[in-house]
Amino acid sequence: MKKKALALLLVALFVVSLCACGGGQANTATLNVYNWGEYIDLDTLDEFTARTGIKVNYTTYASNEEMYSKIVSGAASYDVIIPSEYMISKMIEEDLLAELDFGNIPNYQYIGEEYKGLDYDPDNKYSVPYTWGTVVIVYNTKYVDEEDVADESLELLWNEKYAGKILMFDNPRDAFALAHSRLGHSMNTTDPAEWEAAAEQLIEQKPLVQAYVMDQVFDKIIGEEAWIAPYYAGDAMSIMDDNEDIAAYVPVEGANRFFDSMCVLKSSRHKEEAEAFINFMCDTEIAEINAEEVCYAIPQVESFKLLPEEMREDTMVYPPEEVLEKCEVFINLPPETLDLQSRLWIKLKTTY
Amino acid sequence: MSKGVTVGNKKANLFPFSSWMVLFVLVPIALVVYYAFTDVNGFTLSNLKWIVTYRNTLWLSIELALIATVICVLLAYPIAYSMSRASARVQRNATLFIMLPMWMNFLVRTYAWMTLLEDNGLINSALRAIFGMEFPGLHLINNHGAIVLGMVYNYLPYMILPIYTSLTKIGQSLIEAARDLGANGSQVFGRVILPMSVPGIISGITMVFIPSISTFIISKILGGGKDFLIGDLIEDYFLGNSGVVNYNIGAALSLVIMVMILAATFIMNHFDKDAQTSGGGVI
Amino acid sequence: MKKLLTVYNVLISIFLYAPIFVIVFFSFNSGSSRAVFEGFSMQWYQELFEDELILKSLYYSVIIAVLSAIVSTLIGTLAAIGIHSLKGWKKSAFLAVNNIPVVNPEIVTAISMMILFVFALGFFHNAEMGFGTLLIAHITFNIPYVVLSVLPKLRGMDQNIYYAALDLGCPPMRAFTKVVIPQIMPGIVSGLIMAFTLSLDDFVISYFNSGATFQTLPITIYSMTKKPYNLKLNALSTLLFAVVLALMLVVNLKKPKKAEKKA
Repeated sequence: MKKKALALLLVALFVVSLCACGGGQANTATLNVYNWGEYIDLDTLDEFTARTGIKVNYTTYASNEEMYSKIVSGAASYDVIIPSEYMISKMIEEDLLAELDFGNIPNYQYIGEEYKGLDYDPDNKYSVPYTWGTVVIVYNTKYVDEEDVADESLELLWNEKYAGKILMFDNPRDAFALAHSRLGHSMNTTDPAEWEAAAEQLIEQKPLVQAYVMDQVFDKIIGEEAWIAPYYAGDAMSIMDDNEDIAAYVPVEGANRFFDSMCVLKSSRHKEEAEAFINFMCDTEIAEINAEEVCYAIPQVESFKLLPEEMREDTMVYPPEEVLEKCEVFINLPPETLDLQSRLWIKLKTTY
Repeated sequence: MSKGVTVGNKKANLFPFSSWMVLFVLVPIALVVYYAFTDVNGFTLSNLKWIVTYRNTLWLSIELALIATVICVLLAYPIAYSMSRASARVQRNATLFIMLPMWMNFLVRTYAWMTLLEDNGLINSALRAIFGMEFPGLHLINNHGAIVLGMVYNYLPYMILPIYTSLTKIGQSLIEAARDLGANGSQVFGRVILPMSVPGIISGITMVFIPSISTFIISKILGGGKDFLIGDLIEDYFLGNSGVVNYNIGAALSLVIMVMILAATFIMNHFDKDAQTSGGGVI
Repeated sequence: MKKLLTVYNVLISIFLYAPIFVIVFFSFNSGSSRAVFEGFSMQWYQELFEDELILKSLYYSVIIAVLSAIVSTLIGTLAAIGIHSLKGWKKSAFLAVNNIPVVNPEIVTAISMMILFVFALGFFHNAEMGFGTLLIAHITFNIPYVVLSVLPKLRGMDQNIYYAALDLGCPPMRAFTKVVIPQIMPGIVSGLIMAFTLSLDDFVISYFNSGATFQTLPITIYSMTKKPYNLKLNALSTLLFAVVLALMLVVNLKKPKKAEKKA
């Protein structure tokens, strides 16, 4: 009897899904775009398809590492990816990225000069900047006392008063960067002793941490389930839009400054379409629309001029020079340091 | 008693099965073994030393899975018992009733527990409303208790159904006979019902313990991603979320839990030959 | 004692259904929070039907479930007949191999196949995980359940009818389809349905063996849970749940008597 019910269900589901997805088997190319979660205005994808006829299969990842391992395992063929700078240099080194044909990306001209020729891609061969930003500390003014944030310090993340209400990055690179900054190390240190010391910091912090999360930060901070979290500036802005009690600052000890850039994988079978996509995202109008949605700082100078004034003048999204000077950009770590980082991260997660 | 009917060509019947299972079950397991005992330099036993490094993780996984299993047995037995004593119609509806939640995607169900358990969640809000006071120390989520709860919640039906099946096999006449011979209620239960339901309990235990010990999702969602269980470690080594992919260590850890579980199942089946026939009869 | 049991059963029912209630309730939330109910609306249902990613993965899930159920039922049924005709250690050996995917933790089955696929795909240029690897993986974990549900029917079958048919001059193949198959049909059907359900619901094995372009519903749901929670998932779960519930009710109310015998 159950079985009949199930058989009926089978048929019903099949029919429903056939109806839901019937048709649409055009033979135009489909581009596999792999991006961070919450990092694009999805309407721009439809617009891209409308303009070019190229379909987009859009999937997301939660960290550079997740994206990287998906790609090297050969599990999937992506065309466009949007990694951060240190991952780009790693992937260039490993010959995973394709050299771009800038003839197909005329909108590259709109990229500000200060965003070209950066360390991760010194000859501007493999990447086109998408957005940039810094890591900030987000907190809820209702619950966090003013004197605890007066110095705008990282110490807030280690403040026992807020035990159980602090969130932490669930990826080793960002989490260790905070610990390194607290200790006054460079985030790019290769000294094993400094890494061990940073791991001690994270282990010390663990009892205070409510959860290690990535994009769940949105839910937990907006819903006031947690009060304090380090996160990326643009996302912090989106969170502040949804809950007016939330504030944020760039920690005085310095923070990570990141450049996320669009790249095409060497294994891509649709390189030209991929370049068309990159070009489209750099279109002055599109980049502006996208920037309003994702709230991150953009490298497209013309689009920047179109942004609403409060966005252009927001010092969290576009921090003043003196703040940026304290920030540090990740570089690709040597394999033995990466190995150590992964070991120490697992040690953190297996210290009970 | 089954002599076996020879229908068609024995070998031809078994050929697709044999080749499929060799290719996609035995060869992969052989690869796991191969990876567990090699690294870039060839044969090595060094991967296995990671079991020692991660012994606390292994213990924690065993501990939480055991607690969840024991709780499941205790929770399931009364239900299974009352189901087995009910009318046929009630029995049928109860079975459906218990299976129904499993039709909802388990990720979504586990997520719903977050809504219930969080500090600002429904349970805490309800308590605050009822008692008119704060319970600042009452954290129901992001700890080991929540992980155990997730295991119990997700796998309880797998305990109820086999116990119920084994209880329905006990004839009413047997219980009456015991009573006629002077056994009281607890004696009937202790000497007749309980021993005869052991096959169901055993198959329930395997069906709860194995998924519990190897879970990596429940610990992430309800444990706040703080404490790795053995399943999280394996996932991490194969998918490289910590930045390094290492099939060799991952394979070694997988091999250990595989051997542990196969050995435990073998021992259990030895105690109870019937378990084989009732195993897997969830639906 | 009886009252106590009833109270207890009610408590357990609340435990089993509390999350279900939460999911259904919040699917009608006019806000976007999974924790704060702001008012009634159907907006998440509307958005659900506009979400191509979800609909596409539902479609993929059904395709994989149907195909893997059919293939595994064919292989599994033949295998059950073959195993049934074996004796002694050979039979035990086949049963043992059959039980490996049943007993093994899902994650071990998943990574063992992942190793094989990564290894095998290395030989092909441009090959990637996707439809093929998922289908193979699903067939693999389905086969044992089909075997396990057909075998008992073979054991309970009256073999004499088959021999009688042969004695009466029926060719073996015909005797097989006319005599054996009908007798074990309930086992085959329940195996098919079980395979379909298992495949539709599988997360762990698909998680390790799917690629970029072909993702089943549980994988999509998982990737959605990593983002700010989206109540579309509640709407989707509620709908699927309602379909199952309705089917169960219809079948249950229609033929209560016949069902009793089977159960």
